[in-house]
Amino acid sequence: MSRLLDVNNLKVNFKTYGGEVKAVRDVSFHVDKGEVVAIVGESGSGKSVTVQTIMGLIPMPPGIIKGGSIKFQGKEILGVSKRELRKVKGSKIGMIFQDPMTSLNPTMIVGKQIAEGIIAHQKLSKKEAKIKAIEMLKLVGIPNAEERYNQYPHEFSGGMRQRAMIAIALACNPELLIADEPTTALDVTIQAQVLELMKDIQKKTDTAIILITHDLGVVAETAQRVIVMYGGMMVESGTVYELFENPRHPYTWGLLNSIPDVDGPEKKKLIPIEGSPPDLFAPPKGCPFAPRCKFAMDICVEEMPGNFEIGEGHLAKCWLNDERAPKVEQVFASEEEKAIAVGSEK
Amino acid sequence: MYIVKRFITMLVTIWVIASLTFLIMKLIPGDPFASDADVLPEEVVENMRAKYNLDEPIPVQYVLYLKNLVMLDLGPSIQSETRTVNDLLADGFPASATLGIQAIVVALIFGLLLGIIAALNHNKFLDYASMIFAIVGISVPSFILAPLLINFFAVKWGILPVASWGSFQHSVLPTLALAVTPLAVVARFMRSSMLEVMNQNYIKTADAKGLSSFKIVVSHGIRNAILPVVSFIGPLFVALITGTFVIEKIFAIPGIGKYFVDSIFNRDYPVIMGTTVFFSTILVVTLFLIDISYRFIDPRIKLTSKGD
Repeated sequence: MSRLLDVNNLKVNFKTYGGEVKAVRDVSFHVDKGEVVAIVGESGSGKSVTVQTIMGLIPMPPGIIKGGSIKFQGKEILGVSKRELRKVKGSKIGMIFQDPMTSLNPTMIVGKQIAEGIIAHQKLSKKEAKIKAIEMLKLVGIPNAEERYNQYPHEFSGGMRQRAMIAIALACNPELLIADEPTTALDVTIQAQVLELMKDIQKKTDTAIILITHDLGVVAETAQRVIVMYGGMMVESGTVYELFENPRHPYTWGLLNSIPDVDGPEKKKLIPIEGSPPDLFAPPKGCPFAPRCKFAMDICVEEMPGNFEIGEGHLAKCWLNDERAPKVEQVFASEEEKAIAVGSEK
Repeated sequence: MYIVKRFITMLVTIWVIASLTFLIMKLIPGDPFASDADVLPEEVVENMRAKYNLDEPIPVQYVLYLKNLVMLDLGPSIQSETRTVNDLLADGFPASATLGIQAIVVALIFGLLLGIIAALNHNKFLDYASMIFAIVGISVPSFILAPLLINFFAVKWGILPVASWGSFQHSVLPTLALAVTPLAVVARFMRSSMLEVMNQNYIKTADAKGLSSFKIVVSHGIRNAILPVVSFIGPLFVALITGTFVIEKIFAIPGIGKYFVDSIFNRDYPVIMGTTVFFSTILVVTLFLIDISYRFIDPRIKLTSKGD
C-alpha cells in the first residue's frame, strides 16, 4: 500500500488570554491509500485540531503551528501558501463536519453548494457542474435529486444535510475523506444510515477515510487502524484487531471498559474513567494520563514515556510497557471479570 | 395573502398615527391664533377660527380632517396663507429626497465596505482604524461637521459651493455631512454581523471546499451578514429622505426639514399633521417593502400569514 498522508511530530498551540493552550503535542500518524483510520479520544484531546490543521482550517491567530510536518502524497502541505493548499483541499481531501445543521450555508441552494466546489477545482462549466452535483446527490442517496438541487438547507432533514455534506466532500473524487464526528449530531437510526453510506462509498471509490468518533462500536465496524488520543497526544495506535484484543495503555483500557454491553448475557456495570482531562495550559511534564491512572508509577509523573512498539505497527505511549514495569495486563483482564461479577450480583 | 394582510395592517397603522397626532395636538393648550388674540379684535379672531374650522367641536374637526386625509388633501397652511400643505411638501420633498437618497447610497456603500474590511482584519490595524473612524463619525454632530466641511472644501480650497441648492456640486457637501453618521452606524453593524458569520460552520465548509477567500467572503459571508443590517436600513432611509432640519438649515436647502420644527412653534395644525402623516406613511411603506425584500435575501423566511 502506498502512503497517502504522513503526519509527523505535529504541534499546535492556541494563544488565549489565559496563556497558550497546547492543543496538539507531538502527534505522528499516517494514512495509506484506501485505508480507514479512526481517531478516538475524549473531547479536548486534540482530534479535531489535528485534522483541521491538515485542512488548514485552524484560524491563525489564535492558532500557532509549533512544529511538525504534514505530507500528502509525498508533498509537504503544512505551512504552504493558501493558494497552494487550495489545490489539495476540496479536490484531493474532502471533509465532513460534526454538525450538519450549521455546516451548510442557509441562504444558498444545496445544489450550488456542491457545484461551487466542482467549479473551483475542475475545468467545468456551470451546466456541467450542475449535472455532476445532481449525480453526487444521487450517489449519496437523496431521492428526487433534480428537485433537491434547488432546495435550501432548511428544507432538508438532519440526515439529508449530512448526506449533502458528504456529497460536497466527495464532489471532486478526493483521495482522502476526513470525517470529523460525522454522526454525533444525528439520531441513532440516521447514524447507522450515514455510516453505511460512507462505508459503501469507501468500497466503491477506494477513498481513504480518517474517521473521528467517540463510538468504539463504529471503530470496530469500519476502521482498519485506530489512533487513541489523550491530552493532545497519541497514546496508543494499532490495527483495530490489535487494539481491541491487546490494548496496552490504561486509557485504552478505560475506553474499552466504558462501552455498554447490551448483548452480553450478564448485566455489566459501566466503569467510568475517574478524574478530568489534563490542563493543557500547563500540561504535566510526565504522562498526561498519570493523574487518572490506577497503575501510575513514580516515573509516570516524572518523565514522558516514549512510544513502545508492542507489535507490527502497534505503539503505546506508556511506561507499563517497559520491561522493568510490573505486568498489569492481567489486572485489566481481572477488572473486567470483576465488573461482570459486580453486575450479576445486583 | 400575507401581503394583503400586511397592507391592511399598514393602513391601520397610518390611521392610528394620524389620530394620535390629532389628539395630542388638541391636548396642547392654545391654538394658532392664541398670540393674535391679544392684539386683534375678538370678532376677527373668531372669523379666522371659523375659516379653519377650529370653532367646531373636536369630534367634528376630527371627522373633517380624516375625510380630507382620505382624499390626500392635507389642508391649507395657516402660516402661509396662499399655500396648502400639499404645496409645501411637493416643493420641498424633491430636494430633501435627493439629498437623503444620495446620503444613504454613500452611507451604505462605504459603511458596508468599511464594516467588511474591519471584520476581515479583526483586531488588526485596519479594524482599529475603521472603528476609530466609526466612533468619531457617530460622536461628531452634523452641525460641527457641516461647517468644517464648508470651511475646507468651500472657503479654503474653493472646490465646492458654500451653500444653496441646484446643481450636483451643491449637493456634495450636505450629502457628506448627512452621510457620515449613518455610514459609521452601518459600518459598526456590518462589522459585528460579519464577524459572527465568518465564525459559522458553513464558512469552514466553504473553506474546506478549497474556495478562494474572496469567493468565501462574497458568496457565503456577505449575504448572511447583511440580514441584520437590512432591518435597520428602513428607518434610517426614511429619516434621511424626509429631510433634516440642521443640514438643510446650514446649507440653505429648500427641503421639508424645516417644516417639522417651524410648524410646531407656529402651532400650524395642518402642517404638523401633514408632515407627521407624510413621515409615518413613508416609514410604514418602507418597512413594508423591507419585510417583502427579506423573502429574497433569506430563503428561510416565507411570506405566509401563519407564523410557521
